[in-house]
Amino acid sequence: MRLVSPKWTQRIAVGVLGAATLATLLILLFIIVFVLEKGLRTICWNFLFTDPQDMGRAGGIFPTLIGTLLLPLLALAVALPLGVGTAVYLTEYTREGRLTRIIRFGTDCLAGIPSIIFGLFGFIFFVTILKMGWCLLAGGLTLAIMILPTIIRTTEEAIRAVPYSYREVSFSLGATRWATVVKVVLPNALPGIVTGVMLSIGRCIGETAAVIFTAGQALHLPHSVFDSVRTMSVHFYILAREGISAKNAYGTAAVLIISILLLNVTTYWLMHRFIGRRT
Amino acid sequence: MKARAEKLAQRILLVIALSAISSLILIALFIFKEGTPIMVKMGLRRFLFSSEWEPQAGLFGIYPMIVASLWVTLGAMLIGAPLGIAGAIFLNEFVPKTVLRIVKPAIELLAGIPSVVYGFIGVMVLAPLIRNHLGGPGLSILAAAVILGVMILPTVISISTDAIGAVPNSYREGALALGATRWQAVHMVILKAARSGIIASIILAMGRAIGETMAVIMVAGNTVKLPHSVLNSARTLTATIAFEMASATGRHREALFAIGVVLFVIIMLLNSFATVILRGRTTRA
Amino acid sequence: MTAEIKFSVRRLCAFHGRAESLRSITLDVPDHRILGIIGPASSGKTTFLRTLNRLNDLIPDFRATGQVLLDSADIYQPDFDVVGLRKRVGMVFALPVPLPMSIHDNITYGPRLAGVRDRQQLYDIVERTLQAAFLWDEVKDRLHSSALRLSGGQQQRLCLARVLAMEPEVVLLDEPCSGLDPISTAKIEEALVALKIRYSIILVTNNTKQASRVADDTAFFLMGELVEHGLTEQIFTVPRDQRTGDYITGRFG
Repeated sequence: MRLVSPKWTQRIAVGVLGAATLATLLILLFIIVFVLEKGLRTICWNFLFTDPQDMGRAGGIFPTLIGTLLLPLLALAVALPLGVGTAVYLTEYTREGRLTRIIRFGTDCLAGIPSIIFGLFGFIFFVTILKMGWCLLAGGLTLAIMILPTIIRTTEEAIRAVPYSYREVSFSLGATRWATVVKVVLPNALPGIVTGVMLSIGRCIGETAAVIFTAGQALHLPHSVFDSVRTMSVHFYILAREGISAKNAYGTAAVLIISILLLNVTTYWLMHRFIGRRT
Repeated sequence: MKARAEKLAQRILLVIALSAISSLILIALFIFKEGTPIMVKMGLRRFLFSSEWEPQAGLFGIYPMIVASLWVTLGAMLIGAPLGIAGAIFLNEFVPKTVLRIVKPAIELLAGIPSVVYGFIGVMVLAPLIRNHLGGPGLSILAAAVILGVMILPTVISISTDAIGAVPNSYREGALALGATRWQAVHMVILKAARSGIIASIILAMGRAIGETMAVIMVAGNTVKLPHSVLNSARTLTATIAFEMASATGRHREALFAIGVVLFVIIMLLNSFATVILRGRTTRA
Repeated sequence: MTAEIKFSVRRLCAFHGRAESLRSITLDVPDHRILGIIGPASSGKTTFLRTLNRLNDLIPDFRATGQVLLDSADIYQPDFDVVGLRKRVGMVFALPVPLPMSIHDNITYGPRLAGVRDRQQLYDIVERTLQAAFLWDEVKDRLHSSALRLSGGQQQRLCLARVLAMEPEVVLLDEPCSGLDPISTAKIEEALVALKIRYSIILVTNNTKQASRVADDTAFFLMGELVEHGLTEQIFTVPRDQRTGDYITGRFG
């Protein structure tokens, strides 16, 4: 009756699925190895810590390194309190109802908006209407809105994982809701919050479209939040797109990849430390 | 006094909790405010379905870009969805859990790689391959679709893995106890149970593909013409905004915001769709 | 019963949504005595206990009617200070729930919330309460290690010490020994008997033997109703209600 026995279908299926998985992993490996192989040679002390010359054709990437550092920090300074506050409100201060559904729906939608739309919005709202011009602040605020859903979701998940009994104990010991949140809920949700922060930093570092229209692309060190900055991603894009210097483009890409790798490794290390300490 | 402080905390938190939804409204408001006038002036039909995009001449028809975005997105789905779902099934059902625990973070790392890097690899590696073996300019719809297909893999795998992982073990055991092979259990029972989560992952991935800008701008080439083959170069909706924003003024800029409106609407529809599907799953469970 | 009345409960009814979980309970709780509450599962014992520190308020669509007077003040008055109430009425839960922090910090959680900052004072509280809970000798050398590393019995005594650290007037215990071995149980019981000199104690238990061992008075709950309430000796030897006798002798429940 059957052309192929179930046993053979099983073998074929496993083979195909395994091959697909392997292909996915190989692509990942290829991207990382390719960029590092081409770019590692360029990376040296001078490349990292000197100013670029001739539009980036020569010299280093120091200002873009600083820009890449400052922009996520600024975004987090805004988004972290807002995101954690939202998550605390959703989990501890209200019951499920129409309001929470609206807030969740808004968060989900915000998470799906493409970065180019954030760029357009930041450009028209912060840069043009609020007259900030292309600057660190406009970029930071735009990125803050972009990462807000990530922070809200990861924090909410982490808070929900804190056992209900901890709250009961805290209340029964005469704690107010706020004291319970600060002393019991948030400390125990910290690993999850840290993960959200790391994910957000990664997204900020890799972002180009939203940044280029809000923070600009000035190739010098910013003196205040009202100065334009260029991040590594933007710098890399400009170098590659305009064919300024393939060598420096690869170098910048390698620095980017290494930053992302370090960020991920740090996150996992932190998580394991937290978990290890608690049990 | 404490009760008062509590009330105050609650009020402040409520205001904070509204930040996400107010940002969304603010974004919608400004994109629509800038973008809709020209659509009204030109007429929506002409804006969406005419093929002339000549900003200097005041002609703004985005049909070629819509087609390019659709082709690129569909191509990306054809490549990314099967690979991603296959990976999710394999990692959940056919290897030990420890492998999943190691591989999943690695795949999520793939999501962390900046899109400009993907684009650059498309330009340096993929485009020459296509040019030499398949013909055409290399920078093409095909190249963009492949790169995007890879870029959406983490979204598909991550959400599908969660959906498949959420299928109760009793379903598996039930199927296996009836003498099914592992694969029969997967395609007869588990995929059906996890179907809504998998579909949601595909829809969300589609949203990401349509919205992706930097990789596409680098890889798809830069031709505002109706594409006839996947080997043609083309320019998507997002790429047009990114390309021309810096130099656009007046009606040209309005037209770019109007493209933003179109994107915004598409994404909202896709997201609402995915939300409904995912919510359906949780209420049924 | 000549002792001073601590809690005076009048016609207390409680509802979870539509379901009535307590039916017009009227009961006095005297000071410096141990009241044992017995009854089968889901008879309303725990719900009753949690109305006394208003912990049920945390449950959505919970509602209570009637009066609960603590020192003649109705704790269900809208402007009653609930946080203050919970400081006066401490609670030990069925499963020991040490907060994920050190032994020292677990015990000083309540006092620190109340504003005690002085380190020596906090240390004195830790020593005094751990001794009262018969735990001091076992943990005095590792006060700063995680409370999660203690055994179940030790954890429950820590929870008792944590409640005592707030210097409450009433201590509520919700089946505190349900997960413990006989030796740990004996230690908790010993501590309770010693503590009634200073506190009013209400002990919910599903172990009738335990009530007969430590309680001065006993109340029997069944399906949300208070069937009988009296001196422990009387309840266990000459129950007035048939159902009480049946439950105690193990004929149902």
